[in-house]
This record gives sequence, structure tokens and C-alpha cells, in this order.
Amino acid sequence: MSKEWPLWEVFIRGQHGLSHRHVGSLHAPDAEMAIKNARDVYTRRNEGQSIWVVEARHITASSPSEKGPLYEPSESKVYRHPTFFDIPDDVGAM
Amino acid sequence: MYAQMVKSTGKGVKSRDEMSPEEAAFQDRIDADIKIEPKDWMPDGYRKTLIRQIGQHAHSEIVGQLPEGNWITRAPTLERKAILLAKVQDEAGHGLYLYCAAETLGVSRDDLTEQLLDGRMKYSSIFNYPTLNWADIGAVGWLVDGAAIMNQVPLQRTSYGPYSRAMIRICKEESFHQRQGYDIMMKMAQGTEAQRRMAQDALNRFWYPSLMMFGPSDKDSVHSAQSLAWKIKIDTNDELRQKFVDQTVPQAEYLGLTIPDDNLAWNEEKGGHDFSEPDWSEFFDVVKGNGPCNKDRLDARNKAWEDGAWVREGLLAHAEKRAARKTAAE
Ligand SMILES: [Fe+2]
Ligand SMILES: [Fe+2]
Ligand SMILES: [Fe+2]
Repeated sequence: MSKEWPLWEVFIRGQHGLSHRHVGSLHAPDAEMAIKNARDVYTRRNEGQSIWVVEARHITASSPSEKGPLYEPSESKVYRHPTFFDIPDDVGAM
Repeated sequence: MYAQMVKSTGKGVKSRDEMSPEEAAFQDRIDADIKIEPKDWMPDGYRKTLIRQIGQHAHSEIVGQLPEGNWITRAPTLERKAILLAKVQDEAGHGLYLYCAAETLGVSRDDLTEQLLDGRMKYSSIFNYPTLNWADIGAVGWLVDGAAIMNQVPLQRTSYGPYSRAMIRICKEESFHQRQGYDIMMKMAQGTEAQRRMAQDALNRFWYPSLMMFGPSDKDSVHSAQSLAWKIKIDTNDELRQKFVDQTVPQAEYLGLTIPDDNLAWNEEKGGHDFSEPDWSEFFDVVKGNGPCNKDRLDARNKAWEDGAWVREGLLAHAEKRAARKTAAE
């Protein structure tokens, strides 16, 4: 046998109303088994309430060389942060 | 330790002048503690050394299940059995976290497995020693997991992101392992005379093999110098061994057990214990394949791989059939 089970990326949502978070990967023949394996590998201590699995080959990732074009434009847009604006104390909470 | 004597490029650390611009930029990131991620550029030697190190570490977690698994059916109480089962299951998990970290470097899981099975890749020398009685399970948790923790805690800061994240997960789980081992040792050491003797005997047999886990002194090794520069190794073998001895001595004292070393003594000047080196010729012999259990361990892993082949193939065939049926129906 030379064919490997496909690789799945595993995402878990923890207890406290957070989003699903990437925790690692595993091999499984299909999605159903991937969920079962993810339960055993990544939630042995109650780490999760919900598991997502997605086959690794379906994920498209940005590449490190695109870092400049992708993220630099936002560096100069400080007005996107509320602290950019001075609001007088008299106005009250805003 | 879990990864012993991992060979790096063997060429020694390049000076800034010898580095290409890419290599210099890479080293700058490492010096600034910026993590390297799978898609980032990295020197070939960094990638290869990491695959060797993470792979060997993963294999150690997997093979390490065997000496303890050996006692699951014979644990003295149902509670001890459940605890040991959970501990051994954690080690399987550790192996899997590490294999997936290695895979991000472009090596396949099956390739790593095959290299273990045919002896091209190693696992830690410690797992080639037998677990002869229940006290040995205590000694393994206390000393072997204790030594593993010593090595793994600093590796949480290693430069390669996926490796660092795997180590963080592992470290969260390890302290349970050491504590359950020490708990067994306490029970035995405070038990009947016969139990106390078993505990002492286990310490006698596991002490030096545990010291060997850190590997021979590497203060002059070019491989280690490169690994330290790349932050895939954080401390030298001697530093970790010293820390381990200093931590373990009072723990043995509390148990009323004697560490089997007449030269063991507190050295005020260096602020640590003096102690005897293990027999390094024994270590090299075990690494070469001549330890008491090398053959058993590899046979067991080969058998598991071969006996499981029909399951791997069957489940894959089933998944493919189902996927084909689904496409046909659409
Ligand atoms: Fe482990
Ligand atoms: Fe372990
Ligand atoms: Fe462990």
C-alpha cells in the first residue's frame, strides 16, 4: 500500500463562545473519520464544543512574499482606529 | 534527549560574510525571535535538520508507548489502569502533533514511518530498556517524562512555528505524566519493605539511562552549534542534564530512595550537584541497536504497521467508493 490517507486540518471551538481555531492536522480516509480522530487527538481534555475538519488541499494560503502588497496599505490608515479622533470629555462616553 | 545526536549540516555556523542575503535575512528573523512558518524561505539545512529532529521526537513518543503499554493490563487497580491508559494515549497524541509539524516541512507521514520501521531514523535510546515491574512504571513517569519535560519546556520557544506550537500543547499535558509517575513512586516507597525495594531497584536501573536521554556532551559539536544558532536547540545537553539532576535529587530524598551514584554531591561553587557520567559506551551500543529491547520495539512497530495495512486500505477503498457514488448521483 502506497497511498496515504488524505491530510485534514482541524479547527476547534472552545468552551467560551470563541470562534473555531486551527489546532493542527491529521490523516483520515474521509470527513467522518477525520472528526472522530480529531476528537481523540485534539479534545482529550475537554478543549472543544465543536470540531471542523477540512481537507488540507482545499485550503488556499496567502504567500509570505505578498506580505507587502497585502498588508502595507492598512498601515497608513490610522483613522480606522477610534483613538485617531479626539472627542472632548464633555461629550461623554463614545 | 527525545531527539538525541541530531545531525545538522556538519559545516559549522556560517559567519555573516559567508551568508547569502537570503540566509542573512533568515538569521535576522531568528535572532529577533520571529517565528519561521512553513511557506517562508528557509535554508535547506534548516529544513533537513528539523525533519530529522521532529521526526525522531515523534518516533520516540510512539515507541515510548510500548514499555508503558506493557503494564496496562497488569496495573494494580482499576484507577491506575485508567490513568496509565490515559497517559499512554497522550503519548500517541504527542507523536501525532509532531508528525503533523514535520509534514509542514514537506515530508510525508508514511515516509517518516517507513524510515522508523527500517531503522534509518532513530527514537530515544531510553525506550530500549525493559519495564520489569510496576515500580518501573513509576520510575518512567518520574524520570523519563521528567527528563522529557526538561528538554521540551525550552523548545516551546523554538524558531519553527509549527514545532513550537506542538511543544506548547505537549508541555501542557506532560506534567500529569510526571506527577502520576511520582505518585506511584510515593506509594511504593512508603509501602511494604518489598515495595520499597522494588522502587529502589527501579531507580537503580533507570537513573543512568535517564541521564543518557540528554545525549553525550555536545559543547564542542558543530551540529549543536548550528542548531543553537537556528534556535531549534535551546540549551546544551550538559546544561539540561545538570538541571535534571539538580531537580531530581531532592525528589529522590523525599522518597527516601538513594540515587545510585557514590560521586553525587552538592557543589557550592557551581551551585549544582557533581555527579557521575553514564557509561557512554553502553549508550552508543544501544543507539546502534544492541540495547535489551531494540529488536522487540522495532518488531512491535513493524507488526502494528503490517497488521494495520488491511484497515488502512479498506477504509480508503470505502471512502473512494462512497465519494464516487456521490458524484454519480449529482
Ligand atoms: Fe510525550
Ligand atoms: Fe513521553
Ligand atoms: Fe509524557
